[in-house]
Amino acid sequence: MPPDLPRSAHHPDRPDLPASPARPRSRTHLFVAFTLLALQGFGGVLPVVQREMVERRRWMTQEEFVEEWAVAQTMPGPNVVNLSLVIGNRCFGLSGALAALAGMLLIPSLVVLALATVYALFASDPRVAGALRGMAAVTAGMIVATGVKLAATLRRHPLALAVTATLALLAIVALAVLRLPMLPVLLVLGGTGCVLTYRKLEP
Amino acid sequence: MSAGAHIVLTWHDWIDLFAHYLVLSLMSVGGAISTTGEMHRYLVEQHGWMTQQQFADAIAIAQAAPGPNVLFVALLGWTVGLNAGSHVAAVLGVLVTMTGIMLPSSVLMLLATDWGHRNRELRAVRAFKQGMAPLVIGMLISTGIVLAGANGDAAREWPLYVVSTLAALILWRTRIHLLWLLAAGAAAGALGLV
Repeated sequence: MPPDLPRSAHHPDRPDLPASPARPRSRTHLFVAFTLLALQGFGGVLPVVQREMVERRRWMTQEEFVEEWAVAQTMPGPNVVNLSLVIGNRCFGLSGALAALAGMLLIPSLVVLALATVYALFASDPRVAGALRGMAAVTAGMIVATGVKLAATLRRHPLALAVTATLALLAIVALAVLRLPMLPVLLVLGGTGCVLTYRKLEP
Repeated sequence: MSAGAHIVLTWHDWIDLFAHYLVLSLMSVGGAISTTGEMHRYLVEQHGWMTQQQFADAIAIAQAAPGPNVLFVALLGWTVGLNAGSHVAAVLGVLVTMTGIMLPSSVLMLLATDWGHRNRELRAVRAFKQGMAPLVIGMLISTGIVLAGANGDAAREWPLYVVSTLAALILWRTRIHLLWLLAAGAAAGALGLV
């Protein structure tokens, strides 16, 4: 970070981390920034969040981004939306969190509904229906690919790969093959993963 | 959306829908998309509030549109409302499902983020973060598999599975922008190849 930039003191609990040089001017600024950011994210907003928040606007350092992302990913809720809540909350408290959340969801949801309405006008055209069928197949593949990419992180997991792979495979069999409800699967397999990991970690 | 079921929703049904999304919100570790299988089970299989095709369309439109993936939930609520007969119901559907899916997780996120940040070296916190990983990955892959079976007729739909598998392989091995793959899938579908 260039030394002539003003340093904001919004990270008082972590003096070892450089504070972000910039921050949003107002709640409106937050709202507009997150609206523009969300509207750029075709097929996933995460890369856009990182580029906008860290590299372009510099509201967060890379270290802060990684830390907050770990929490956003672990907690229930859409990851990028969770991240926007954290950023807004840190800048302006609850109202900032709500401004960021509204930016993420309000205009983009109107765009999605408009697209769906336009699609409905042409849904009887077999080419349009076919196009959407083809896109749905790509989307399904994209989600599988995301899961497979994340599976590579299991190699660095505290548990042996045989154990984590078995848990992941059991989840796939339970949810995709047997079509069991998610809550019991989450409690049993997620709980097992947490307990085994806890016993493996250094106290 | 495609022509769908014509349904009647009572107030009890709306409350049930809201309650279901409140629970789904708390289960949506890894993002709302990882609970898609459960939404499908609830909306399509259990209640018949929308058709399989409408469900797949909603996901595809939301993915093709800009914005966070969670907006497919708004589209599912919209579709349920339209099937119930009016645009007023559709708006209600959006509000009910989106509020349901966002409220508990957002409150929890705000409460937990400070605590988790202060205590991130705790053994229990690390065990939770890392212990959930295999399940999150399994959930994501299951979601893709459930969505790939567009109409559940594998014999006739095999070209769709080929497209899904190709898309997964290309995205896994390359850094190509997703829009190119979506465009290719749309072109293949429009030309009647899949």
